[in-house]
Amino acid sequence: ARSQNVLGRGLLELLSRDRLDDDVWDEIEEILITADVGVAPTRVMVDDLRTKVKVLGSRTPDEVRKLLREELLGQVGTDLDRTLHTSAPGDRPAVVLVVGVNGTGKTTTSGKLARVLVGDGAKVVLGAADTFRAAATDQLQTWGDRVGAAVVRGPEGGDPASVAFDAVAKGIEEKADTVIVDTAGRLHTKTGLMDELGKVKRVIEKKAEVDEVLLVLDATTGQNGMRQAQVFAEVVNVTGIALTKLDGTAKGGIVISVQRELGVPVKLVGLGEGPDDLAPFDPEVFVDALIGD
Amino acid sequence: MFETLSDRLTSVFSSLRSKGRLSDADIDATCREIRIALLEADVALPVVKDFVARVKERARGAEVSQALNPAQQVVKIVNDELIEILGGETRRLRYAKTPPTVIMLAGLQGSGKTTLAGKLAKWLRDQGHAPLLVACDLQRPNAVQQLAVMAERAEVAVFAPEPGNGVGDPVAVARQSVEHARRQQHDVVIVDTAGRLGIDQELMRQAADIRDAVSPDEVLFVLDAMIGQDAVSTAQAFMEGVGFDGVVLTKLDGDARGGAALSVRHVTGRPIMFASTGEKLADFDAFHPDRMAGRILDMGDILTLIEQA
Ligand SMILES: Nc1nc2c(ncn2[C@@H]2O[C@H](COP(=O)(O)OP(=O)(O)OP(=O)(O)O)[C@@H](O)[C@H]2O)c(=O)[nH]1
Ligand SMILES: Nc1nc2c(ncn2[C@@H]2O[C@H](COP(=O)(O)OP(=O)(O)OP(=O)(O)O)[C@@H](O)[C@H]2O)c(=O)[nH]1
Ligand SMILES: [Mg+2]
Ligand SMILES: [Mg+2]
Repeated sequence: ARSQNVLGRGLLELLSRDRLDDDVWDEIEEILITADVGVAPTRVMVDDLRTKVKVLGSRTPDEVRKLLREELLGQVGTDLDRTLHTSAPGDRPAVVLVVGVNGTGKTTTSGKLARVLVGDGAKVVLGAADTFRAAATDQLQTWGDRVGAAVVRGPEGGDPASVAFDAVAKGIEEKADTVIVDTAGRLHTKTGLMDELGKVKRVIEKKAEVDEVLLVLDATTGQNGMRQAQVFAEVVNVTGIALTKLDGTAKGGIVISVQRELGVPVKLVGLGEGPDDLAPFDPEVFVDALIGD
Repeated sequence: MFETLSDRLTSVFSSLRSKGRLSDADIDATCREIRIALLEADVALPVVKDFVARVKERARGAEVSQALNPAQQVVKIVNDELIEILGGETRRLRYAKTPPTVIMLAGLQGSGKTTLAGKLAKWLRDQGHAPLLVACDLQRPNAVQQLAVMAERAEVAVFAPEPGNGVGDPVAVARQSVEHARRQQHDVVIVDTAGRLGIDQELMRQAADIRDAVSPDEVLFVLDAMIGQDAVSTAQAFMEGVGFDGVVLTKLDGDARGGAALSVRHVTGRPIMFASTGEKLADFDAFHPDRMAGRILDMGDILTLIEQA
C-alpha cells in the first residue's frame, strides 16, 4: 500500500537510536498497537523480539530492524496459500461468494475483481444477492456495465438465495468462467441475517460448489474485526480475506490476528474506489509498508 | 484473548487486601487493566494515555470510601470520567433563524451517511418539519438512486438534478439546493456527500467547497463505531479539512465496543449527538453517554461487581 509509512518512519527512527532501552521497546509496542495489531499480539511480538535481541546479542539498528521484519513476516505468514479460486475444475464456472459487515466494500470489490478476470479474458457473471439495501442492485449493475460482466438481478426485497441460485444457473448455462455473488452487508451479531447468509450458500451449493468465500474487511476496523471474522467463518466457512481501504491512513493490523487465529489468508487488498484499485495481498509489501521500506 | 475487563479486574480485586485506602500500587494495578480494556475497546492510544493519567490523578486525590474497595473506587472514577467526557454539553440540533436549516453530512467511505440522511429526514418529518434530501454524492455508483430510495421510504422530497456516477458538480448541486428548498418551502436541507479519506486532499477540498456553498448550520461527522486506532487521524483530518459541529456514531447495533466515541470526543471536543443503530429508518436515537461508557468498559458487569463487593 502506498502512503503507509508513518508507522515505518517511526520505527526506523527508533531503531536507529544508539541503545535499545525500555523506552524504545515501549514505543515499538505503541506503534504496533496504533496499527490495530491488538494488545495481546503486540505483547507476544515485542517479547519475542526482545528475546531474540538478547540471544543474538543484536546491537545495531540494522540487525534489530531485520529481526522485526522477520517477526512481522512470521506473524503475517509467508507460507499460506493465497491463490484466489476463480476457476473451477471441469467445465462449470467457479463460484465466489462475497460477504462481510455493512459498508466494508463488498460490491466495489466484486466489481474490481470482475474487472481483473474480464481483463484476463474470462467470462464473468455477477449475482446481485443484496436485495435489501437501497439501490444495491443498481450499484452492482453499474460495475457490471463498467467492467463488462453480465449481472443477474432480482426484485428489490426479494429472496437473496434465489438471486444467487439464478446467477449460478446463468453462469453454468452461458458457460461463464466465474460467478461472483455480492451479498448484503450484515453485522455478525444478527443471527437472522447470518442464517440467511448460510442459506444463500447452501442454495448455491445445490447448483455448484462454492470455490471461494471472500470476507471483505475494512482496514479501518479495530478489534471488532476478529469477531466479525470468527462468526462469518463459522457460518459460511470463509476461505479468503479482502482487506479494503488500505489507501487511507489505517494499517489494517487486525488481519494479523485474524489470519493467525482462523488460518484464513488475506488474498486481496483494496487501494481505492476505482476499477483498478485492487491488488493481490503480498506479505512482504504489507510488512515493508509497516516498517517503512 | 476476549477476557472482559471485569474478568481481569477480578484478579486485581482479589490481590488487593486493604480496604478503604488507595495506595499508589492499587491505583497502578487497576489502571494497567483499564488501559488494556480501553485499548481493546479501540480507544486510540494517545487518548488512553491522557485519560488514564487523568484518572490516576483523580484517584490519588480521591476521598477514602468505606463502601468500595480500592479497585472499585478507581473503576467508579473511570466510569464517571467517561460519562463526563462523552457527555459534555450535550446539545440539540441547531435550527437556522431564517429557514432553511442546512445539515451537511461528511465522513469516510461506507460509514453510513446516506442511510443517516434518510433517518434524519424521517425523524425531522415526524416532528413536523419538511426536510429536503440533497444528492451531492455524484461519485459512488448509484449513490443518487440510493438517496432517492431513502427519500421515498422516509416520505420526503429529494433534490437530485444530476445523475451522478461521475456526472455533475456536487458543489453546484449544493448551491442550487438551498434556493430550491426556499422556493419549495422546505425548512430543513440535508446534504449527503460522497465518502472520502482524511488524506484525500482533493476530495477534502471539495467537501469544504460544498460547505461554503451552503453555509450549513450543522456539519455532522458520521463515524462507524467499529473503527479502530485510525479514528483520531481521521477525525482530525475532517476537523481540519471541513470542520464539524457534531458526531453521529453508526452501526452501534453491533458488538464493537465503540472506543472511537471517546477518542473523537477527546481530540475534537465535538459532542456526539446521535446514534445510528440499524439499517432501517427508525433505527436512530439520541446519543446516551452513560450507555456508551458502560459499553466501552463492559460496565454492566463492572457495576454488578461493585454491588457484590
Ligand atoms: N478509499 C477506498 N474506498 C473504498 C474501497 N473499497 C470500497 N470503497 C468505498 O467504500 C464505500 C462502500 O463500498 P461498497 O462496495 O458499497 O461496500 P459494501 O460492503 O458493498 O456495502 P453494503 O453493501 O452497503 O454493506 C464506497 O464508497 C466505495 O467506493 C477501497 O479500497 N478504498
Ligand atoms: N447495521 C447497521 N448498518 C448500517 C447503519 N448505518 C448504515 N448502515 C449500513 O452500512 C452500509 C453503508 O451505509 P451508507 O449509508 O451507504 O454509507 P455511506 O457513508 O453513505 O457510504 P458511501 O456513500 O459509500 O461513502 C449500508 O449497508 C447501510 O445499510 C447502522 O447503524 N447499523
Ligand atoms: Mg454492497
Ligand atoms: Mg453514501
